[in-house]
Amino acid sequence: MYTERNIEIMQPDIPPGMFQIIGIDKQDNEILARPRIGYWSDAWRRLKKNRIAFLALIILGLLILMVIIGPGISGYSFEEIDSIAINQTPSSAHWFGTDALGRDMFARVWQAGRVSIIIGITGAVVASVVGCLYGGIAAYFGGAVDDVMMRIVEALLSIPYLLIVILISVVLDSKSIWTMLLALTLTGWCSIARLVRGKMRELKSQEFILAATALGVSPVRIVIKHMIPNTIGMIIVAITFDIPGYIFSEAFLSYIGLGIQAPSTSWGALASAAQQTFMFYPYQMFFPALMIALTMLSFTLLGDGLRDALDPKLRK
Amino acid sequence: MEKILEVENLQVSFHTYAGEVKAVRGVDFALEKGETLAFVGESGCGKTVTAKAVLRLLKPPFAEIKKDSKIICNGKDVLNLTKKELYEFRGNDVSMIFQDPMTSLNPTMKVGKQIMETLLLHGDMNKAEARKETIRMLEMVNIPGAAERIDSYPHEMSGGMRQRVMIAMALACEPDILIADEPTTALDVTIQAQIMELIKDLKERLNTAIILVTHDLGVVANFADRIQVMYAGQVVERGMTEEIFRESKHPYTWALLNSIPKATNELKEELYALKGTPPDLILPLEECPFAARCQYCMPICRERPSLETALSDSHKVSCWLTHPKAPKVTSYYDREVK
Amino acid sequence: MGNENIMEAQDLCKFFKVGKKQVLKAVDHVNLSLKYGETVGLVGESGCGKTTCGRTMIKLYEPTHGKVFFEGEDISRLHGRQLLAFKKNVQVIFQDPYAALDPRMTIGEIISEGMNVHFKLSAKEKEQRVANLLDKVGLNSEYANRFAHELSGGQRQRIGIARALAVEPKFIVCDEPNSALDVSIQAQVINLLIKLQKEMGLTYLFISHDLSMVKHISDRVGVMYLGGMVELADSRELYEQPLHPYTQALISAIPLADPEMGKRQNGMKLKGEIPSPINPPSGCKFRTRCKYAMEICKEEQPKLLEVKENHFVACHLCGDTHGGKDAES
Repeated sequence: MYTERNIEIMQPDIPPGMFQIIGIDKQDNEILARPRIGYWSDAWRRLKKNRIAFLALIILGLLILMVIIGPGISGYSFEEIDSIAINQTPSSAHWFGTDALGRDMFARVWQAGRVSIIIGITGAVVASVVGCLYGGIAAYFGGAVDDVMMRIVEALLSIPYLLIVILISVVLDSKSIWTMLLALTLTGWCSIARLVRGKMRELKSQEFILAATALGVSPVRIVIKHMIPNTIGMIIVAITFDIPGYIFSEAFLSYIGLGIQAPSTSWGALASAAQQTFMFYPYQMFFPALMIALTMLSFTLLGDGLRDALDPKLRK
Repeated sequence: MEKILEVENLQVSFHTYAGEVKAVRGVDFALEKGETLAFVGESGCGKTVTAKAVLRLLKPPFAEIKKDSKIICNGKDVLNLTKKELYEFRGNDVSMIFQDPMTSLNPTMKVGKQIMETLLLHGDMNKAEARKETIRMLEMVNIPGAAERIDSYPHEMSGGMRQRVMIAMALACEPDILIADEPTTALDVTIQAQIMELIKDLKERLNTAIILVTHDLGVVANFADRIQVMYAGQVVERGMTEEIFRESKHPYTWALLNSIPKATNELKEELYALKGTPPDLILPLEECPFAARCQYCMPICRERPSLETALSDSHKVSCWLTHPKAPKVTSYYDREVK
Repeated sequence: MGNENIMEAQDLCKFFKVGKKQVLKAVDHVNLSLKYGETVGLVGESGCGKTTCGRTMIKLYEPTHGKVFFEGEDISRLHGRQLLAFKKNVQVIFQDPYAALDPRMTIGEIISEGMNVHFKLSAKEKEQRVANLLDKVGLNSEYANRFAHELSGGQRQRIGIARALAVEPKFIVCDEPNSALDVSIQAQVINLLIKLQKEMGLTYLFISHDLSMVKHISDRVGVMYLGGMVELADSRELYEQPLHPYTQALISAIPLADPEMGKRQNGMKLKGEIPSPINPPSGCKFRTRCKYAMEICKEEQPKLLEVKENHFVACHLCGDTHGGKDAES
C-alpha cells in the first residue's frame, strides 16, 4: 500500500515539466500492431504448424515426383520384356525386382502410379465441379427446386457404384480409363453437392450476404464474389478427402478385372497380376499395395490438416 | 473479515501466431467471505481471463500463467494443486457461471442430470438423494414446476430459465465463491432484473462471496460491494461502490461513467466518447496503458505507469494525476476532484 | 401533395410458416411512419419482431400483408432500375459486426462494393472515396487493405457504417448496432451516427433493446411486444410518462448506473417469461404478465390509439375510455 506521501518520497526528483497536460497524440491511436495476413498465407502458416499434415504433404510431393521421373531413372522401360530376368527379387539391378514377364517393377510401379493418381485427382476434381454447380444451384433457388434436386441426389447415392461401373462397361463395351472415370464420377459428385448446398444455405442467412442484397448487388455477383470464395476452403478439403476414395475404387476395380487392362497399368492392375503368385513372389504385390496405402493415407492426413487450416474460426 | 481469496501479481499470457499476448499484467486483489467484488472493464481488459485463472480454466500451452503469480484460496495454493485436488476445488470452493446459457449447458443432457452430475461428483450422496437435492435447488432458483422441469432439455427452456439452471448447478455444492462472468449480458432487460434479484437473494441466504465480471455499470451499481476497474490487463482503480461512482479519480473510470446517456443529457447531445481503441496487448507497453487515449496525458505518463496510490483504506488508484505535482482536474462528470 | 413522410408502413404483417401448420406472426399489423431527418427508435425484447419489422420495411423480406411506402411510392411495385434506386436510398447497419463483413474481402472491397453497383467510378476515384469514408468514420486509411478479422468489434461496426454510407442513402435502418460493442465504443458509434445525421440529413430507424441509448438518439420511440406495437410517443414523453404496463416494466428494469437511485428503484418486476411467438395469448398478448389484466384483455386485442397528443397506446386500460383517434391515419 502506497500513500501519496510515499510517491513523493520515492521519486522526489521528477521535474514539474513532466506534469504538463499534453493530451492525446492522434498518431498513436489505432496502430495496426500485427502483420497483415491474408486467407491463404494464414492457412499455409497453420498447415505448416500441423506436423503430421505437413509430413503428409511432403510425402505426396515425393510420390508425385517419383511418378513423374521414376519410369525414366530406372533405366528400363516399363514394357520391356526380358525373358531371362523373370520373377527376380529386388536387387541392385532391379530395385523393386521384376514381374512374371521380366519387366522392371520399379519402372512399372511408377508408371502405374501415373494412372492411379491421375484417375484419383481427375475423378475428384470433375466430381467436385459438377457437385458444386449442382449444389450451388439448389441452394440458390431453394424451395421446390432445392427439394427436387436433393431427392435426385439421395436416390443416386443409394445406388451402389459397382453396379453402375459394370453397367457402363457393358453398355459402352470398353474398359478404358475414360470409361472408368465416367462410371466413378457418375455418382461421385453427389456427396459434394450436398456439402456445397448445405454450406451455401448457411451462408445465405449470414448478415454479410444480406448486406450485399441490401446494397443492390445482383444475385449472380453475390454467388461469385461472396458465396464461392467462402466455400472454396471446404471444397478443397472435400476434394482432398475424395481422392483416396477414387484411387481405391480404381485399384479395386482393376483388381477384380473391371478396370485398367493391359497394356496400360495401374497399381490395382499390378496387384491383381501379382495375386496368383503372391505366396512365391510377395514383393510383386507389396510395392503397388504400399504405394496405394501411402498415397491414400497421405491425402487423408493432408485433408485433415487442410480442414483445420482453412477454417477461419480455428485461428488462434 | 476473513480473506478467502488472495491473488498476487497474476500474469497471464497467450501464445498466438503473431507473438505473446500479455492479457493480464500483474493483477492483485483479495476477497472476503460473503462480499461481492465486481471486475468492470471492456473487452480485452483481462477481467474474464483473471476470473478463469482463479479456477485454472486456462489451457496450457496456449495460455500461460507466469511463475510469479500467486493464487491462494481457502488456504490452498491454487496454481500448484494436483489434478485430483483441483477437481475437488472446483465446485466445492469456487464455481463459475458463464455468459451464454445457450452454449454453457450440454444440449443433449437433461437439465436435472447436469445438476446431479455435480452433486454426485462432489458430495457423498446416492442417486435418489441427489435427485431430491436437485429439485430443491431448482425450486431455490425459482423454476416453476421443478419436479417436472428436472427432466427437460436445455432447448426446451427459455434463456432466463437456462441461466437459472446454471446458477443452480454452480451453487449445488455450496461453494464459498461464485464467479459470475457477464451473467446477464445475453438476456433481455426484464429477465436480467429477475436474474440479478435471484443472485442477490441466494448470496444472502448462502453467504457466498461473488466475483461479478461485467461491462455493465448499471448492474454493478445495485449489486457490488467493491469494484475494481480494469484496463489493458491491469487494475486502474478500485474501491467501494460509492467511492467509484461518486469520487472516481481515474480518467478511464470517468469515461466509462460518462459513456452511458443519463437523464441530464440533452436529446442527441454528443456523449463523452473515448477516441481510439484499447492497445493491442501484444505490445510491451512501457507507459501507462491508458496514456494514448487519455485527454489528461502528461509526459510522465508516457514514461512509466504510476504506482498505486491509496486515497482511503479502500479506494486506490493508479494514475499520475494523484501526484501532488500534477494539475488539479475536474472530471467531466461535473464533480469536483479535490 | 407534399408528403413529409419518407417511409411509411401501413398495416404491415410478416408471418413465417413454422413446422406443419403453425404460423409465427413476427410482425402483426404494425403502422409506423418516419419523417425526413428524424430518428425513430424501436425497442422491445426477444421475439418482439423489431428486427423483422426493420428488414421488411427495406424489402429484405417481403411483407405477408400490408404496404410500405418510400417517398410516396409503394415499394412492392418497384422493379429493375427503380428497385435499384430504392436500394441505393435505403440502407442497413447490422448488429453482429463479426458476421456482417465478408471474411474473404478486404475492407476496401467491402466498402466499394456498393459503389460498384450504383456509380461508375475509376479505380482512383473509388480509392479516394474509400479513404474519405474511412476518415469519416474515424479510421486510418491504411485499413483499406486489411481483412475483417484483423479489426475489433467497434472498428468493424464502423466499417459497416462506412459501407452503408458509400451509396449515399437517405434512410438507414440501424439494426441493434450497439449490442455487440463495449460501452465506450458504443458511445463512439452513437456519436458518429448523430453527427452523420446532422451532416447528411439522414433518417434513422434505430432498433435496439438498450433503452437508455434509444432514448438518447431518438426523436420518437415505439415499443413492440410479440409482433405488435404497444406504445409510440416522443422520446422524452415515453420515458417520463409511459402508459402501457409493458413499457413501464421495461423502463423500471433498466439498471441505473447510480447506487443511490438504484436503491429507490421499485421496479415493476414482471412475472413469468415471454410467451412463444408461435402461440401467443389471445386478445392482448401481454395479458399473461400484466398485473392489471382484465376480462376484456382476454377477448379483444387492444388497438393502437392516440390517447394524448402524439402519444399512442394499445391498452384497454387507456384506450377505450379516452376515445382516442386511430393511430397513424
